[in-house]
Amino acid sequence: MLDTLIAGLLRGNVYALGAVGISLVFGVMNVVNFAQFSFFGLGAMLAWFFITTLGLPFWLALPLVLVVCAALGLIINISVVRPLAKFLPLAAMLSTYAVSQILDNASQIAFTAQFRVFPPVLPNSNLHIGNMRFGTSDLVMLSTTAVVMLVMSLFLKYGKVGRAIRATSQDQEAALQMGIPVGLVQHVSFVIASALGGLAGVFIALYVGVANPASGLNIGLTAFVAATLGGLGSLVGAVIGGFVLGILEAFGIHFFGDTSRQIIIFVILIVVLIARPGGLLGKVPLISTEPLTGTFLGKGRPLRIPRWVWAAAFVVLGIVIPLLRNDYVLITGTQVLIYAIIAAGFTVTAGQAGVLALGQAGPIAIGAYMSAALTMQLHFSFWVALPVAGLCAAIVASILASPIWGVKGHYISIATLGLGITIVAVIQLIVPQGIYNIPVPQWFGTALTTPTAYYLIDFGVLVITLLVMWRIRRSHLGKVISSVGSDEVAALASGVRGRNYKALAFAISAFFAGIGGSLLAHQYTYIDPTIFTMLMSLLVVTIVIMGGVSLPYGAVVGAIILIGAMELLRFTPELRIIVYGLVLILVVRFRPGGILVRNS
Amino acid sequence: MTDLLALDDVNVYYGPFHALRGNTLTVGEGEIVSLLGGNASGKSTTMKTILGLIKVKSGTVRFEGEDVTRASTRHRIKAGIASVPEARRVFPQMTVDENLLAGAYTRRDRVGITEDLERMRDYFPRLAERRRQEAGTLSGGEQQMLAFARALMSRPKLICMDEPTMGLSPKLVDQVLDEIVRINKELGVAVLFVEQQAELALSIASRGYVLATGEIVLKGTARELLDNPQIQEAYLGKAKKA
Ligand SMILES: Nc1ncnc2c1ncn2[C@@H]1O[C@H](COP(=O)(O)OP(=O)(O)OP(=O)(O)O)[C@@H](O)[C@H]1O
Ligand SMILES: [Mg+2]
Repeated sequence: MLDTLIAGLLRGNVYALGAVGISLVFGVMNVVNFAQFSFFGLGAMLAWFFITTLGLPFWLALPLVLVVCAALGLIINISVVRPLAKFLPLAAMLSTYAVSQILDNASQIAFTAQFRVFPPVLPNSNLHIGNMRFGTSDLVMLSTTAVVMLVMSLFLKYGKVGRAIRATSQDQEAALQMGIPVGLVQHVSFVIASALGGLAGVFIALYVGVANPASGLNIGLTAFVAATLGGLGSLVGAVIGGFVLGILEAFGIHFFGDTSRQIIIFVILIVVLIARPGGLLGKVPLISTEPLTGTFLGKGRPLRIPRWVWAAAFVVLGIVIPLLRNDYVLITGTQVLIYAIIAAGFTVTAGQAGVLALGQAGPIAIGAYMSAALTMQLHFSFWVALPVAGLCAAIVASILASPIWGVKGHYISIATLGLGITIVAVIQLIVPQGIYNIPVPQWFGTALTTPTAYYLIDFGVLVITLLVMWRIRRSHLGKVISSVGSDEVAALASGVRGRNYKALAFAISAFFAGIGGSLLAHQYTYIDPTIFTMLMSLLVVTIVIMGGVSLPYGAVVGAIILIGAMELLRFTPELRIIVYGLVLILVVRFRPGGILVRNS
Repeated sequence: MTDLLALDDVNVYYGPFHALRGNTLTVGEGEIVSLLGGNASGKSTTMKTILGLIKVKSGTVRFEGEDVTRASTRHRIKAGIASVPEARRVFPQMTVDENLLAGAYTRRDRVGITEDLERMRDYFPRLAERRRQEAGTLSGGEQQMLAFARALMSRPKLICMDEPTMGLSPKLVDQVLDEIVRINKELGVAVLFVEQQAELALSIASRGYVLATGEIVLKGTARELLDNPQIQEAYLGKAKKA
């Protein structure tokens, strides 16, 4: 029991460091900084590299890690976050998400994706009080955090820049009028946050004994939940939230096993967001600067697409490509089509309802697993299983997402991100192994196994999807959803309950995500939880944003570019993610409406 | 006498929206000038332009003869312009003292800052009693005093006040106006202030400007404006026949 408590304190220690950074940046810029998440993984890898490869002593490696992370943080803020934060906070958040993917994968290219044994620089279990064991390492970590927190609070209380940070986070406009250099304040906050992230990363590696480039996201998400729990923007809250969460998590793992982690974290997040959106210590600001509202609706008007382009696209995609009979092109094309279906279905959520859901991998996974289960256990025909899988995805995802619609702006994105991760975690809990031998579709007794057959099935489904999406857009329902997305307050004033329509839009998107998942499952004939990653969710979002958030046909263009082109150029998976990230940042920065939309 | 502040033919845009249309305005040393106008007429925009928070498309802003049109806010504050923002906007979770220090952010003379802190406590005894209280817990009137004191901490020659009486009870409004006169008389600081209630504003101002949809449509001494039938009709609620 005491051991579990100590484990909780040590984890909480890491979360507290991370949460302080997230809260700090959020306070001064109103942006949830996902890039921060990567510093946990990066800090660990850099420390590993400095110590094992370069042979540096720990006391030298640690400050080096902090410096590198701080410098990277500054670059990210200057190049990506600050330019966007001013006018499109949600886009800034999305960009930091892309940056985090880029950093994780750059780190994977540099250090490989292996789990590295972190050198035991400090003794690990050399001390005990009674039958409680701990190590010098643990003591060093806890006391370092204590010192860091003390220094931070003194700096914020008495330092000139520290006070400026507080002033900026309490009222940016007033700070500007006092001549406080808000830009500098933001840079400093970013630098501190990044260094704290690096420090937390080193600590987590010291604690678990291994380092891995991809480990940042999970820790980051937890740290974010800790910051939310404490009250975003409140640093004391972040520390408390970090330790509370660390301890809760340690006991959760103790009683329910490791896979329960994400579920616990997500449940806590949702409970906090609904019951006390300001967090434990967050105060309701005197002047509401509306940091968390605003959607990501593409501004500007879509380019006019002449009729013949539609016809030509139909002929090329539906007839010419299948006639090529090139298996490689067809297999790639099938991927493109599946993502186009998922993304086209997603436009109603992201574009019309204005909810940038970051966890579409969740409903995709539900569809895939449902379809596999239906055909294998209940011997459904593929043709029946396909729509049923979509329905299941819509129903399950909607039920799970139902608590989050009262939540606003950034928080919705993060809640859906957590939702996606949790769905996959639950699936992993139920079906830990992969599922093999998922049956292929049959057509009047013949098995459809050729790439051409898959391609044509998916093409048909895509055409239906686009038609349905088009109908929805033009229907009264679609218009109401759009009005909710573009101005929830106004919609509410005219008697429209925004949350219901957001939920409905999400259900529609989840339906098509489920269909896509089912198609994937029967094409691969094998699925396991590692397929339905954060990356999959990011890809869906990127496709949609690239094509224009509210244009279903834009999703097709986005899928062709992002999946087709990447595949044909034969990029490695890591490089692909980096390209996705860059594309996302560039589109959001320079063409926020998407490539098919003229800037207004 | 050269003017302390002089805006000359200033044009400001928010994107395509023309917010200030060729406005010319001056404030003399030690003068109290009032800026009048209805909602969304560009009063706050004028104040922010003077502070350097909004870029000027064309025209010049001069302070003590120096062209500060392209100067940073920081530079202007150092030169002697201070601001009391719209709706006061004290830093709610900082103490009274910390708020005052924020007002002195552009200064480097520690000794002088400490002295001024003392001076402000003498000058506004109410604040002295509450120096360690969080500003967000002060009453509206106290917050307004704090906003004045915070502005004074940069040792300004001119304070721009955006609707300092907003949201205060009539009694407090009088108190705030008295305070403005006191600051002006005792400290010799010029004041440019925005006020929706023309009669009140002109009771303490020596001159006034009237903005309508981004344009200065009237200007003159307080007397002239009070006697102007247009003003009487639009702002003083007096019908023409009266
Ligand atoms: N940041 C901005 N972006 C776009 N338009 C703006 C911005 N700030 C103000 N405006 C517009 O400029 C016009 C003038 O605004 P301003 O705030 O200066 O008015 P005001 O006279 O201070 O009004 P009030 O009495 O309501 O305070 C308004 O039409 C307003 O909508
Ligand atoms: Mg105003």
